Amino acid sequence: MRVQVKLFAFFREGRFIKEDRELPEGCTAGEVVDALNIAREEVGVLMLNSRHCQFDTVLHEGDIYAIFPVIGGG
Amino acid sequence: MADKIFRVNMTDLSTSIEDVPADWAGHGGRGLTSTIVAAEVPPTCHPLGPDNKLIFAPGLLSGTAASNSGRISCGSKSPLTGTIKESNSGGTSAQRLAKMGCKALIIEGQPQDDGWYSLSMTPEGVTISKEEELVGKGNFAVVEAVEKRFSEKIGILSIGQSGEMQMSAANISVKDPDSHLRSLGRGGLGAVMGSKKIKFIALDAGDGKVDIADPDAFRAANKTFTKALVDHPVSQALGTYGTNVLVNIINEAGGLPTRNFTSGQFEGHEQISGETMHDLIVERGGKPKHGCHQGCVIQCSQIYNDLKGKYKTSGIEYESIWAMGADCTVDDLDQIAEMDHILDDIGIDTIETAVAFGVAMEGGVLEFGDSAEMIRIMTEEIAKGTPLGRIIGNGAANVGRTYGVTRVPVVKNQAIPAYDPRAIKGIGITYATSTQGADHTMGYTIATEILGVGGSADPLSKEGQVELSRNLQIATAAIDSTGMCLFIAFAALDDGACLPALVDMLNARFGISLTADDVTSLGMSILKTEHAFNQAAGFTNLDDRLPEFFATEPIPPHNAVWDFTGEEIDTFWNF
Repeated sequence: MRVQVKLFAFFREGRFIKEDRELPEGCTAGEVVDALNIAREEVGVLMLNSRHCQFDTVLHEGDIYAIFPVIGGG
Repeated sequence: MADKIFRVNMTDLSTSIEDVPADWAGHGGRGLTSTIVAAEVPPTCHPLGPDNKLIFAPGLLSGTAASNSGRISCGSKSPLTGTIKESNSGGTSAQRLAKMGCKALIIEGQPQDDGWYSLSMTPEGVTISKEEELVGKGNFAVVEAVEKRFSEKIGILSIGQSGEMQMSAANISVKDPDSHLRSLGRGGLGAVMGSKKIKFIALDAGDGKVDIADPDAFRAANKTFTKALVDHPVSQALGTYGTNVLVNIINEAGGLPTRNFTSGQFEGHEQISGETMHDLIVERGGKPKHGCHQGCVIQCSQIYNDLKGKYKTSGIEYESIWAMGADCTVDDLDQIAEMDHILDDIGIDTIETAVAFGVAMEGGVLEFGDSAEMIRIMTEEIAKGTPLGRIIGNGAANVGRTYGVTRVPVVKNQAIPAYDPRAIKGIGITYATSTQGADHTMGYTIATEILGVGGSADPLSKEGQVELSRNLQIATAAIDSTGMCLFIAFAALDDGACLPALVDMLNARFGISLTADDVTSLGMSILKTEHAFNQAAGFTNLDDRLPEFFATEPIPPHNAVWDFTGEEIDTFWNF
């Protein structure tokens, strides 16, 4: 299945901003993080189709998946 | 030496130095300005008349070596909202006031003539002088001239043309360590200073120092506190990308108000994002990391250079970039930086002014995305006080009334900032119930709803949002009293060592024995004092509501509406 993966802030360094990736059926949000060599403890927020999700959330064909480090502002 | 109250009466041009009343002794920053406004300003007075007062107060820890303690508070009755008002800012003024032993500076009355004045303040007192040379000038020229007249070391509080013209979006500008500007923003405090006919206040602390009751305990607590701040990953991200790191995540969450609040996502988000801004700053030899006051260890400010590598602006915040960017559909950071610089010079609030532009665009005054026309209006109309300039300079609600626009994002007349309350519901509770009109900084639920700091809450659900906003508004009122930057809250929410260390510093500074519960009680009492002032000024629970369109117009991509009932909102005050 194809999922669009988006990275933000320093997660982009040496990786990409946005990429369509071919993933195995049943692939979880956490497995994508692992495959990108991002340490899970560095992850602040995961969003699937603009809603917050967890490492164990299962991805589906056509999903838009965003991975953010711990960030803040205001 | 005990701290004193410095008082200036602009009606008879007299000054005095007074002992601090016992009731005020435990207060600083916002707690003190709100206490003084509540005690001395008639709630029903005209905000620009002689009965309103303008109060400056350093925080309880300002002027000490405590990290991030350089915030100055300014309080008054707001000409924009008609409510009580407190705004705080970095820069160098909090430390100057604290070091000259000033607990608060109270400016009251109104001159009888049409002339302008300046104030210069030392530990010995305040001198009132006639001012002619700088009348009509922008803030950057004022800072340059006042430094030449006195010295480069002084602190400066000043108003630009918008403050002179008493526009209700006018700020008071605060000189920062690089002689650039920070702002006491939102709510029109610059108009109040203009109504007192004061162009600038020069602050010379000499070699004054703040007394610390227990220096060893203070140092130890500050070390723990500083470590908690420095170690928190949010602090590290703030130092790299600034607050503008939020553009992309708020856009992704569908809560980035776009095109005058008609969509929650902006096509041009990447062009105005913190990531893009960081790369541009580095490429042009600016500084991605910069402190707005001495002693800041987070350094969320930055120096933004133009295409030629020349200084353009600093401390440009997410909310300003959102307002001039997504809300007006401008996707060019250089144009936004140019506007930021102009608005700082005129001394007018970036959020209020840009949201007013968004409403004006909807009203057909100019096209969405036309940043060149925005810049022309700022320099040719607002700075010169033409009718159109005054319409925009008096805020978003004023523009809506003038041009018959009904989609006007304000609460109590103050523009709603960068987070759409339909898609991020907790912040809507803060906008509705804040004692000062729509203001994200009063109870920053975004931390928990979007960023996952201090727990988590579903931004599209009403569940737990009133309690979240209440707890954060109470904590914020207390933090705003210490002189601390609100960004210590990220560490405070996650690191158990942070808040106790802050309480230890307060105790060591004053030789007292506060507990964490006392700090919470302080926050509650400040909110209640402010709320009581507003009620006496004529506000009721029916004013704690969002504009109608939020309930009737679903916002994409979530197609969410604002669905809190009035009764649900009113439970906020059950404490």
